[in-house]
Amino acid sequence: MNARAVADPLVAIEKLTVRLPVDSDRAHAVDEIDLDIAPGRILCLVGESGSGKSMTAHAIMGLVPRPLICSGTIRYDGQNLVGLPADRHRAIRGRRIGMIFQEPMAALNPVMRIGRQIEEVFRFHGIPGPHDERIVGLLADMGLPEPAVLRHAFPFHLSGGQRQRVMIAMALALDPELLIADEPTTALDVTTQKQILALIKKAQAERGMGVLMITHDFGVVAEIGDEVAVMRQGRIVERGPVKQVLGSPRHEYTRTLLEAVPRLEPRGAAPDRDGAPLLSVRGVVKTYSTRAGMFAPRRTVEAVRDASFTLARGGTLGIVGESGSGKSTLARIIVRLLTADGGDVRLEGVERNLLDLASRDLAPLRRRVQMVFQDPFASLNPRRTVFEIVAQGLLAHGVPRERARDRVAELLRLVALDPASASRYPNAFSGGQRQRIGIARALALEPDVLVADEPVSALDVSIQARVLDLLAGLQKRLSLGMLFITHDLRVASQVCDHVAVMQRGRIVEMGPSADVLFNPRQDYTKLLIDSIPGRGAFATRPAAGTGH
Amino acid sequence: MAFLKRYAENRGAVAGLVILAVVVAVALAAPLLMPGDPMATRGRPLLPPGGDFPFGTDMLGRDVLAGIVHGAKVSLMIGLISTVIAVLIGVTVGAVAGFFGGQVDDLLVRVTEFFQTIPSFIFAILLVAIMTPSLASIVTAIAVVTWPPIARLARSEFMSLRRREFVEAAVLSGLSRTRIIVSEVLPNAMSPLIVMGSLMIATAILTESALSFLGLGDPNRISWGYMIGAARTVFRQAWWLSVFPGLAIALTVLAINLVGEGLNDALNPHLKGRMRIET
Repeated sequence: MNARAVADPLVAIEKLTVRLPVDSDRAHAVDEIDLDIAPGRILCLVGESGSGKSMTAHAIMGLVPRPLICSGTIRYDGQNLVGLPADRHRAIRGRRIGMIFQEPMAALNPVMRIGRQIEEVFRFHGIPGPHDERIVGLLADMGLPEPAVLRHAFPFHLSGGQRQRVMIAMALALDPELLIADEPTTALDVTTQKQILALIKKAQAERGMGVLMITHDFGVVAEIGDEVAVMRQGRIVERGPVKQVLGSPRHEYTRTLLEAVPRLEPRGAAPDRDGAPLLSVRGVVKTYSTRAGMFAPRRTVEAVRDASFTLARGGTLGIVGESGSGKSTLARIIVRLLTADGGDVRLEGVERNLLDLASRDLAPLRRRVQMVFQDPFASLNPRRTVFEIVAQGLLAHGVPRERARDRVAELLRLVALDPASASRYPNAFSGGQRQRIGIARALALEPDVLVADEPVSALDVSIQARVLDLLAGLQKRLSLGMLFITHDLRVASQVCDHVAVMQRGRIVEMGPSADVLFNPRQDYTKLLIDSIPGRGAFATRPAAGTGH
Repeated sequence: MAFLKRYAENRGAVAGLVILAVVVAVALAAPLLMPGDPMATRGRPLLPPGGDFPFGTDMLGRDVLAGIVHGAKVSLMIGLISTVIAVLIGVTVGAVAGFFGGQVDDLLVRVTEFFQTIPSFIFAILLVAIMTPSLASIVTAIAVVTWPPIARLARSEFMSLRRREFVEAAVLSGLSRTRIIVSEVLPNAMSPLIVMGSLMIATAILTESALSFLGLGDPNRISWGYMIGAARTVFRQAWWLSVFPGLAIALTVLAINLVGEGLNDALNPHLKGRMRIET
């Protein structure tokens, strides 16, 4: 690193364009962007899904899929990476530019020990062995426990966070000048995310390398970014130092995005209600036991341990926790998609334990407890029209087709969709619209309890906010009891008046959200709150903005 | 329309469809093209191709061309009917096993495996021999030996679709299990099953030919396999007796395979690997 290299950008992108096939929704995935990546700095590229941010990163790596055509220049070390022959690109890739991906499981070879996978990086780039010492050193640098033993593990032995550490170790193996990280923490829990971000920041500072961080989360930007570029529909709409862009955004779109970032904000406690709770859950237990083979010992996992809570009519209880905490299992037990091992679930006006009912007795009660699902793409049958999807419950409960048609139109208006869209298929809708269809389906049978399982986690932030508003509004208007499952405390703070925190199957803390989220008593809750990315930057900003 | 466009992108598939259409047309128009019984003697035995008989005559003086034209109907019919039966059995077994899982699945998988452990062609010979050769017994035998792979495919499709959220939503909406299986899951599992079924028609035609070659065909109906089988004693003296029916079989099976491949491309566009990264 001489003085000249510090002054010049590491990578200078000029008029980079990636053309999409003719029948796509727009002509260019990336549209004439100019971008400089400075050495020794972290540049964040932010944007919603489909904004072209990943395609930009792939263009630098020479990984743009075949029929798409790249033009413009990506100047790196005196050569243009656009149109560089594959063999010359290979020499740069991995050795001088490292990359980490979103899904560490998909990016690692599942049948190869991780030590060997790291060793391959050295071998492919012709670096003479033995590599053992360097591999162990790298794994130790990544903060992995017992690196000498761990290098003999297979990827499935490791947790998601550990896999991502291995990926980073591979990307850093040859001390690249530039690290490209494509949503490296999106698939991880908040607590793990915080650790991985800290690790990337530390590695960057130690090696003085440039980092291009692709993300959709302004929290991540605030957490580690030096500079930020905001992308929208293939164009860069705003660029500047992180402090400046987050503090005083100039472009309208940046402002909209920043406003949409959910914040931890106190919510007025729900008015106390008298009388019996709408739903009361006591001592629910669920244990999974699996067996690796016919003679292997059984392994048991206590997914839900002694969970108890009550839900009032018109109230919203948030169940928050990391992946594997048992929150989704609990939700599925309550709607009886899963069978619990024990416990007592009572619905207002029903004398019996819902968990004890045989499926015949349960059938008429199903309509009172409905669910909104996480994945807007998997939760709608691609082969049925919106009318058939929303009306399926009505028709199954013997409502005549003509009446169902009116009701579906009414429901679609309720979730702010055009009733005329009833005859179309789900693939004609965006993720946010699909989620609205899912909500309409859940409301079709006029339920008393709505169980929402991560209803916004698959959506872009700007859409998230709108779906959350819709859910909260409907819940109030129809005075539903809502059970809101989420991993995101910020989202929970916006819609829930009570919050239960789950850890390893157990509810560790529960109470009004103003208490739990702003005055946590348990260490685990404190840890979750501390791990919210970019917390400092967003907590100080006023909640109200100038957009809208 | 998009489906037809994707299908037409595969030139081989279009060619296959054209050949298949010709074979089907010939089979349907057989009584008009070659009126009369194809089993009847028409001329001197073992006449080489040319003259009155473009494909020659066999050792009983029967017209080879007439045999091929009429045999098309038998071959196609056996292929189609036996595949339909096999698909019905296979999809039912696979759907029930995949959807319900647990002990039902264990039991049905064992049954399927039982059928798969017996070499299928030997099994088919055995069945036809026991039931005495006839159109019905050949169709039954082919269906019985070919359904297990379909059941396995249907089972794996149902197992993965079963866990999808739209199925959970259907359960919560109060739909009955039969409704969920038939109208929610099955339509999503259809494309690979259609592709496999179309390829199985070709296999069924080959199996029927092989059975007829061994003399286990329906003695009252002419089929391509029967013609080759009957000609085996005079292979060296009269090549035309086996070459023309053989070509008919090869062409038809090839056409069906091409059509199946085209269906695969059109129904599962994401499998075609259009997006490729240069490495």
